[in-house]
This record gives sequence, C-alpha cells and structure tokens, in this order.
Amino acid sequence: MSRKTHRVLPGFGLALGYTLVYLSLLILLPLGGLILKASELGFAQIIDIALGERSLAAFRVTFGASFLAATVNAFFGLIVAWILVRYPFPGKRFVDALVDLPFALPTAVAGITLATLYAGNGWLGRFIEPLGIKVAYTPLGIVVALTFITLPFVVRTLQPVIEDIETEVEEAAASLGASRWQTFARVIFPAIFPALLTGFALAFARAIGEYGSVIFIAGNLPLISEIVPLLIISKLEQYDVLGATALAVVMLALSFILLLAVNLLQWWAANRHKNDEPLEVAAGKASGATV
Amino acid sequence: MKNFSAYVSVLLLGMFAGSALADVTLLNASYDVARDVYKDFNPLFQKHWKAKTGENIEIKQSHGGSTKQVRAVADGLEADVVTMNQANDIEFLADKGLVTKDWTKKFPNNASPYTSAMVFIVRKGNPKGIKDWNDLAAPGTQIIIPHPKNTGNGRNTYLSAWAWALRQPGGNDAKAQEFLGKLLKNAPLFAAGGRDATTTFMQRRMGDVLITFESEAEMIAKEFGKGEFEVVYPSLTMQTEFPVALVEKVVDKKGTRTQATAYLEYLWSKEGQENAAQNYLRPRDAEILKKYSSFFPPVKTFTVDDVFGGANKAFATHFKDGGSFDQIYQSK
Repeated sequence: MSRKTHRVLPGFGLALGYTLVYLSLLILLPLGGLILKASELGFAQIIDIALGERSLAAFRVTFGASFLAATVNAFFGLIVAWILVRYPFPGKRFVDALVDLPFALPTAVAGITLATLYAGNGWLGRFIEPLGIKVAYTPLGIVVALTFITLPFVVRTLQPVIEDIETEVEEAAASLGASRWQTFARVIFPAIFPALLTGFALAFARAIGEYGSVIFIAGNLPLISEIVPLLIISKLEQYDVLGATALAVVMLALSFILLLAVNLLQWWAANRHKNDEPLEVAAGKASGATV
Repeated sequence: MKNFSAYVSVLLLGMFAGSALADVTLLNASYDVARDVYKDFNPLFQKHWKAKTGENIEIKQSHGGSTKQVRAVADGLEADVVTMNQANDIEFLADKGLVTKDWTKKFPNNASPYTSAMVFIVRKGNPKGIKDWNDLAAPGTQIIIPHPKNTGNGRNTYLSAWAWALRQPGGNDAKAQEFLGKLLKNAPLFAAGGRDATTTFMQRRMGDVLITFESEAEMIAKEFGKGEFEVVYPSLTMQTEFPVALVEKVVDKKGTRTQATAYLEYLWSKEGQENAAQNYLRPRDAEILKKYSSFFPPVKTFTVDDVFGGANKAFATHFKDGGSFDQIYQSK
C-alpha cells in the first residue's frame, strides 16, 4: 500500500538530489564556513563588536537606507509595473528593457555616475543643492544609490502577477458599482500584495549587502554615512578576518530575521486571500452588492 | 573587480601570449596605480636579461589594491615578487612566512627603489592661500582625502599631518590628535580611494585642497590640464616608500630565484631609476634625481620609521580599531 503519488514527469529523486547539492555548494557551504569562522569568537565578543558605537551607527544607516530604498521602489515600482503591463505606448519595449539596466551595470559604475550627477556641479546637483537638498556624500545619497540598484526587483516580480489579473475583473467590480478606489483597494491590491512583498523583500535584501555603488556616493564619514559593508572592508584592511566575519554574521542574522518576517507576512496575506472568495466575488462585495 | 579583471587578464596572457616563447615567466603582484611604472620597466628588464644571459623572460603583472594583492599572494597567488606601496602589507607576508623576516635589508634603501611625497593640490591661484598643514585645519577650508583608515593614500595623509603637528613647538601626541580632529572636520567626505578623491576634487569641483602623492599630480595634469591646479609642498611631509620583496616560497618552488632577484635589483639600475623618474616617482639615485630636478623640487620629508617606529607600529597605534583615528570619532 504505497502512497506514492504518480507524477507526470519522471526524475523527482534526481532533481531533488541535484537541488540539495546545488544549494549546499552555493549557499550552505560558504555560509557554514562564515559561521564556523565566526564561532572562533565567543558570542559575547560578536555582540561586543556589533554593539560598538561605530557599528551601531553603521547598522542603522545600512538597514534604514535599505528599508527606505525598498519602500520607495515598492511604491514607484508598482506604478511602473502597472503602466508597463496595462497601457500600450510607443517605445514600451525600450522602456521595459531599461528596467533591467541596474542589474547589468557594474555597481561601481552606478555609484560613480550617481555621485557625478548629484554632486554640487552635476546635472541634477546644481539644481537641487541651491534648494538646500544635498544628495551626494550624505545618507540620502545612499538611499538614491540603493533605490537605483534595487528597482528591477519590484517591477519584475509584479509584472507577471499584474498580467494575470484580467481587466474583466476590474470591469466586473465597476459594473457592480464599486468606486475606482474600492476596485483598487479591495480587488486589485489584495491580489498583487504578496508579490509586492516579495519584490520588497528582494530589494531590501539586495540593498543591505550592496557595497560597490554606495561607497562612491556615501561620503563614508564615521557615525554619519558609513555602511556595514564598509566596516567589514575596514576590518579586512587590518587583516582582522575574525572581526569582519563577526559583523557579517550579525548582518546575516538580522537580514534573516527581517526576511523571515516579510515571508510570514506574505504567507499570511496569500493565505488570507486564498481562503477568501474568488476575485469576482470580491468584486461584488467591494461594491456592496449581494451575490 | 579590478583585482578580478587583473587575474583574468593574467590568465589570458598566460594562455595566449608568451609562455611558448619564454624560457622563464615571472609574476609581479603590484599595487593599483603602478601599472605605468611596470609597463615601461618590464621591457627594459627583458632586454637587459636577454643581452646578459640569452634567456627569454616573460613578466606578467597583477594589479589591485595593495592589501588585497597581498592577501591573494598569501592565499596562493603564485607571485615571484611583490611590489607594493605599503611596508605593512609586506610585513603581513613576512608574518605568514612567505617573505623573509629581514626583507628590508635584502635590497638597498629599505627595499624601496623609489619614493614619493604627500603634497597639496589646490585650485589655480591658490585662492585660500593654503601653504601648510595648519591651513587645512582652518575653519571654512574643505579638504578632500581618501578614507584615512581604509586606504594607503589616506593613511599617509593622516600620518603626515600628525608628524607635522608633533614637530611644532610644544607638540605632543595629545596635541597632534586634537589637530587631526580639527583637520578631519574639514573633510566633507572620505573618498573610496586615491583616484576617487582626485575625481571628486577635479571633476566634481568639491573642496579647496586635495592631498595626494606627488606622482599623482602629473597624472592630474595629463587628465585635466596643467593650468587647472597648483601643487603646494608643505613644510614637512611623508616620504612614501614603495617596498619590494621576493616571495621566497614561490621562487623556490618555481626555481626562479635568480631571475626574480635580478628583476628587483634592476629597479636600482640607471635604466630602472630613470624609468621611475619619468613616471614622476623620486629616484634613489642622486645623479638621476638631479637630472630630473625640475620634476622634484626639494621638500623636507620624514619616514614612517623616523617618526612612528615603523609601518606596523604606526598602523597599530592609529588605524587599528580603537586607534587614534577611531578615538577622534568617539562621541565626546
């Protein structure tokens, strides 16, 4: 009485084995090495390194700027994705391809370009600095660099999901009397919310680890615009590999906790949605009509 | 990134170019901006070696940040020789047993074939009248320097200012640290590296003064034009050394000790010294220094050994975590 389920495609065992080996080699092995190295330090020492005044400030800058960048992208990325999916316009394919550029550009190039643009005599800097807004060499510059780097994550996760929502659903909601806002808030948003969270989480995670672009625009002043990866490099400059791994492990743990939280939130949102009614019913409810 | 592309180019060179022709191949692991110096020097040595021994020698170059390069060598990059811009990087290899402990004695002049000095680059006409280190700490002056803790260039600047403050009447460590505190307050940013600082100062037009190597001034002239800036020599500044060493473990394994030693010794030859001078690095050879005296105005310098008791000690006191630089940034 084997309860083996029948699958259409063969090779599950092989594929699973391959997946495990692949993930182990690529992710678990380096991370394991990192944690093993850090374990040469005691827990107390690691905490000590992480809670130093400079490190604390750097953690605040790194996580704060990453969070802001991911939030900005969640909002504007949603708009971009919506426009790219829903509206035909000339040059759409070109614009669509532009979205991927931050992936392809070497991050150092991005950082140098942004610093040049936003410096006091740059194309953008010369207009905004007289208004008292300084971007290059301030924490705001870090946010700008991270927003640039992480833009594709939100757009690319949202696009397929928005494509899946048929316009008929909106029309149904409208014909049942839902206002535009109700249609968006009660029908469309719940459907894309899980994907939006995924995009946010990806962008956030990518931003935390970013080094190449940030150092060229941050200014790197202690307590003000130092990011954690810079402190790690600084420790490596001193041949202090242990200290560097300690910081890396703390960063990893914090990122893991935050990503886990986002994933739980996403799971909750997706499930709530699943247990809910199908879209058409939601459309009806949004309008207050009885089905 | 640069490091990586250097490896790749070294690999590609090895695969497609020389190996078939060369009797011996040497790898020189070097710091970033040394490209020009060794690009010109290597053919000189190849010619010299061919004439002397009849042997075809090929020299590959690997360039990157000094500390990164040294770590690569420690991790197994098979460089026969290391030519660096900081003594403490070679000390690290000595600690690892790859380089002999008394490497500074193996070649003349503290094993540094040429030197440079930290100088000020100011805007044309020197509008702020910057002459010496105390002018950099004056209120309202902005200085552009690379990160003093993470870059060799920045560390040299920091130590130069410190040494100057020490040598002032009544100068001591506490006063020097206070002076550095004031000076660093005038830095609106710490650039990622030497070239980034140059771009920030010259192209983005930030700051009143850039502190960098004398040899960089000529690079700036080539890139941005001579009329754009002036070089100011402070009353005292650091003589920066560019130490070289044989990687004992590698040359023994590859059997290249003779050639590698000759390669480094050739840096002190007339040709080697002249090549350094042409790249705006101060040659050790007095005669050649005189010949190129228009490049190298007299300047009063100190060495890290004189004032700080060696590169390692200077690093430990000032740039390790909790050192004098970090103390400046502890909140009061």
